[in-house]
Amino acid sequence: MLDSMAPAPDMRATAAPRAPKIDARGVNVHYGETQALHDVSIAIPDRSVTAFIGPSGCGKSTFLRCFNRMNDTIPSCRVSGGITLEGEDIFDPRIDPVQLRARVGMVFQKPNPFSKSIFDNVAYGPRIHGLAQGRDELADIVETALRKAALWDEVKDRLTAPGTGLSGGQQQRLCIARAIATRPEVLLMDEPCSALDPIATAQIEELIAELSSRFSIVIVTHSMQQAARVSHRTAFFHLGHMVELGDTDAVFTNPRDPRTEAYITGRIG
Amino acid sequence: MTPQLTTLDRVQASLGRRRRKERLLRASGLLAILFAFAMLGALFLSLISTGHSAFVQTHATLEVYVDPDEIREDRLPRGGFDEVLVAALGRALDGVALDERSTRRRVGAILSNGAQFQLRDRVAADPSLIGQTITLTVPVSDPYDQLNKGAIDPDTPEANRRLDDDQIAMFTQLQAAGLISTPLNWGLLVNADSRFPELAGLKGALIGSAWALIVCFLISFPLGIGAAIYLEELAPRNRFSTLIEVNINNLAAVPSVVYGLLALSVFIGWFGLPRSAPLVGGMTLALMTMPTIIIATRAALKAVPASIREAALGLGASRQQVVFGHVLPLAMPGILTGTIIGLAQALGETAPLLLIGMNAFITSAPDGPLSSATALPTQIFIWADSPERGFASRTSAAILVLLGFLITMNAVAVFLRNKLERKW
Repeated sequence: MLDSMAPAPDMRATAAPRAPKIDARGVNVHYGETQALHDVSIAIPDRSVTAFIGPSGCGKSTFLRCFNRMNDTIPSCRVSGGITLEGEDIFDPRIDPVQLRARVGMVFQKPNPFSKSIFDNVAYGPRIHGLAQGRDELADIVETALRKAALWDEVKDRLTAPGTGLSGGQQQRLCIARAIATRPEVLLMDEPCSALDPIATAQIEELIAELSSRFSIVIVTHSMQQAARVSHRTAFFHLGHMVELGDTDAVFTNPRDPRTEAYITGRIG
Repeated sequence: MTPQLTTLDRVQASLGRRRRKERLLRASGLLAILFAFAMLGALFLSLISTGHSAFVQTHATLEVYVDPDEIREDRLPRGGFDEVLVAALGRALDGVALDERSTRRRVGAILSNGAQFQLRDRVAADPSLIGQTITLTVPVSDPYDQLNKGAIDPDTPEANRRLDDDQIAMFTQLQAAGLISTPLNWGLLVNADSRFPELAGLKGALIGSAWALIVCFLISFPLGIGAAIYLEELAPRNRFSTLIEVNINNLAAVPSVVYGLLALSVFIGWFGLPRSAPLVGGMTLALMTMPTIIIATRAALKAVPASIREAALGLGASRQQVVFGHVLPLAMPGILTGTIIGLAQALGETAPLLLIGMNAFITSAPDGPLSSATALPTQIFIWADSPERGFASRTSAAILVLLGFLITMNAVAVFLRNKLERKW
């Protein structure tokens, strides 16, 4: 593919291997009569962080939700175009969205733990997919996920306490732990820090940097600083079009499109 | 040139008017609540004032000589039990000659018609009592019960009373001898219906209502929740589902008597189910309750935040796992509240039961959902229609019993809602 031949411009991008994890070609999304996304194509590399930025209503979240077919749950929403995950068409009728979502995890804007215990929150995915053979293995999976989400030390003594009783930042890390407990290949994050304070945000960002060595991460964010801090590649969306896509440094220091420049310098938002 | 008014001045000027309007709103709300409470108070006051006397029943306690001449062991349970009771009354009353048959009948009428059956049952259970003298407490008949409770005033002219001076004198004599008591009227709850108010009770109606409600719950709860889950969570949004939705809302507003007619022609006419049976009553009430449950369940399902559904779906839960693992448990308090309120409505429903014959005169409690029975509201309807004075207070008492059940059910609904409600 084209991307694989491009020379690596900086150290972070060298982490990305050749074949894209997700390859989207000509994706259009309609909500009823309104077209929310126009002909978007993007290749998401493995083991790296891709950020989607852009003003509110630009279609970046809508696009993110195409990757695990969450848009299927919205009755008026129609998606066309092709998206492949490791070369497999995710809209193939033989692909069950249940199976797809086990491979593509998602973290939402608002922390949404279940009103169950911390343990049961993390164990939910492995349980419904039958990933653990016994109770010990399940406990291992939960511990590993909580450790990866940098939450283990804070909750190890109260795994039976309700997940809803944690602070906002802890809840969001719990949701990340829950999402990675099913060992997905891709992690989608839809503005994961917008409901959090700066300290919790810093923790999550650190976590994203760490997780990017294992997963392919796609993050939607309002904050350009966040995109600059955590991502290797950045896509800028505006009014349903993907205006610019490139290595994060290039997009922020040397945008090719005047709209991108206007946005990152604060003139549209 | 007019002086310039600042924003502050303009706001200041409008404040008084705004406060007045707010006070008016507050006062009218308070007035409405007071009015509602006053009406409720008046209802309860009138029910209690007419109904309280039915919670006690006048009884006479007699020394009864079980005369072997009248009652023979080999002929049990037949025998002259009424004659024995009249003789016992005669011994308690001075100066009443029992030679004349008409006098004997007048004396015997002091006691309830059921008194001889109480004596019969006791002797039949233990024939060794024949030839002995036993102490027996039996209800007195309705006119004497009313006299004892003050509903018949001895000062009204004799011609306008149900009891003449001699009868009142007889009763006063029994009272003076300390033979009259007014204990709690357990018969109201443990007796079935009767032609005689002093014997009539709600047992048959209570059991009939219980069977009908059980049947109603077993049909309407699973079907209602199933329909609601399908419509809310699974059905595609199209013209057909909108049509179903509109029709369900219409069904909730259909007058209950229409359901009665439907049940009469379908359940009894086509299916050939028995008339007056609680099974049919419950099925009819289920038809009425189902729309209520569907609407309440859908509202409760709608109230579950989308973020919970998304969280589970995002982890790869199937629709069914999302509904049963997350949405339904969170919606349960609302569903249960709606169900109990629907059942409470069903408990008080009268019209459809009248049409399927649950207003029959039945003097024994039903022994199953297929035997004839009445229900609480239809029993109230029957008693309200009866001419005997005793039934007036019993009607009010039965209404109080019904209201007691309704209040209990609503209290359970509130309790369950508070207990099961989970925060997210």
